[in-house]
Amino acid sequence: MKTIIALESIEKHFSGSVVIPPLSLSIAEGEFLTLLGPSGCGKTTLLRMIAGFEEPTAGEIFLDGKPLTNVPPYRRDMNMVFQQYALFPHMTVEENILFGLKMKKVPAAEQQRRLEEVLQYTHLAELRKRTPKQLSGGQQQRVAIARAIVNNPKVLLLDEPLGALDYQLRKSLQLELKNLQKNLGITFVYVTHDQEEAMAMSDRIAVMNKGRIEQIASPAEIYNHPRTLFVATFIGENNIFRSGDASIAVRPEKIRLYPLEVEPDKHRMTGQITDMVFLGNLRKLYIRLYDEDMTVLAHEYAGDSRGWRAGDQVAIGWAPEDEVTLRC
Amino acid sequence: MLTTKRLKLLALPALMWLGALFVLPLLMIAALSFLKRGTYGQIVYQGTLDNYARIIDPLYGDIFLDTLAVSVLTTFISLVCGYPLAYHISRLRRSAQQVWLLLVMIPFWINFLVRSYAWVIILRSQGVVNTVLQSLGLIDEPLPLLYNSGSVLLGMVYTLLPFMVLPIYVSLEQMDRRKLEAAYDLGATPWKAFWHVTLPMTKSGVVTGSILVFVSSIGMFVVPDVMGGAKSALIGNVIQNQFLSARDWPFGSALSIVLMLLSMLLIFLYYRAANAAGAKEGAA
Repeated sequence: MKTIIALESIEKHFSGSVVIPPLSLSIAEGEFLTLLGPSGCGKTTLLRMIAGFEEPTAGEIFLDGKPLTNVPPYRRDMNMVFQQYALFPHMTVEENILFGLKMKKVPAAEQQRRLEEVLQYTHLAELRKRTPKQLSGGQQQRVAIARAIVNNPKVLLLDEPLGALDYQLRKSLQLELKNLQKNLGITFVYVTHDQEEAMAMSDRIAVMNKGRIEQIASPAEIYNHPRTLFVATFIGENNIFRSGDASIAVRPEKIRLYPLEVEPDKHRMTGQITDMVFLGNLRKLYIRLYDEDMTVLAHEYAGDSRGWRAGDQVAIGWAPEDEVTLRC
Repeated sequence: MLTTKRLKLLALPALMWLGALFVLPLLMIAALSFLKRGTYGQIVYQGTLDNYARIIDPLYGDIFLDTLAVSVLTTFISLVCGYPLAYHISRLRRSAQQVWLLLVMIPFWINFLVRSYAWVIILRSQGVVNTVLQSLGLIDEPLPLLYNSGSVLLGMVYTLLPFMVLPIYVSLEQMDRRKLEAAYDLGATPWKAFWHVTLPMTKSGVVTGSILVFVSSIGMFVVPDVMGGAKSALIGNVIQNQFLSARDWPFGSALSIVLMLLSMLLIFLYYRAANAAGAKEGAA
């Protein structure tokens, strides 16, 4: 796979404090890469450095092999979808979309052709004469995407583009965005703090914490084989067992519960069910361990319910292949 | 919960103030302009249109035109100087912004008349500028820096600049910087981004500032009086003279009403042009 963006030992300091310690990352052409992390982890700063709105304190960014250090944002062949869309309020939908083409002095006929194409594509044809104020959040979001992709950028940068929308809309737009990316073949660099969103759309996820990339891998790899404690606890739910220096993570759905009298080699710990939460397709069971000061979470799916009740004493076990040893 | 009716009471003091001290005198002036002046300057309660007929005299027409020219020029120069200043201030750190805004407003703390005479001290023949230039041997004769239309313009812009800077600063402050980043992102150079995004988005500040400066300069009489000398009389000075020296209140009132209508008309045209420019900008 060809590398489209390469970050080499990028660093960012803000007034003396290190926001991003030296970091390297390469993004393949046509891939959907998500920068995922809690707020303040440096993911947006990283994206803004790629876009050119922030200057790296040290290091170099390459786009298609060419260094970007002295290239201002308006000469970088990529576009951004902003968090609050940043549409131009004094222009109609159409004028917003055409803005980039006009700035680049694309011939008028070509402008019109691309405008029509992108209006069709984003289902905005009927709203073309409206101003951003007359649009709903979801519609504004479409305009922001249309305004970016009409320029045929090599890379599309997206800064929490669904953050301002309600849950249902977010779900359906996730699918749309993923399809858009597949069909256009544009490289997407997507910033979010929502792990579900990252899981649903990405080819690769870079999990960030305190300016570092803790792990970069496919969603399945990140979920099944988290490398660090941070990744194991930030993505999904996990049980972390400590033995000496090592930590072991076991997903709640991998935890198996037995009656106490089952032979001991099948189980490792014993405890008592303290709480149960019914979620429809599954039940969450919280088990207080006897030998350790810790509560274990187990998922019990509808269909294979053993009929456990709060207060029951249980033995806990898991298959050896279901445990993941973490680096700290 | 306060009802809208009770909320309206909050506006009452201001409305009463304006009503008693602005609307009422204005109506009196309007009425006066249709009355006659007696031989000793007293008002004769007899309806006439003579006062308005007198304004048609080319003498007054020229003064009106001069006033308009000076006001438009003052507004234009204030805009050209004020916008960059406001822009500069809006890009500073918070604490630095406070200092700059304070500097912009400090002249307001000093009496207007005092400030105008300060300019006289600076610009007159034996003033600061001429003395320095002469002692440096750069000039032999003092330069005529005062008592001409240039010095009037200087004084007007100096006096009215804050009225331009403050509204523009406010609209720049309210503008979401992400919009500017979006413009850069879409390939706009800094100059194009300013022209197509920042300027249209701060249009309200420009319009407000321009109207404040224009309206203030069209009726201005202190600056032309102190810094302009006899030849640079503007319509404000003529009106002042009618009331204070010539004791022709009806004629002064007629001039005031015409001046008011004229500035209202110009402001209306300006608004229309500004809106059309906005619409055109969007369509461009």
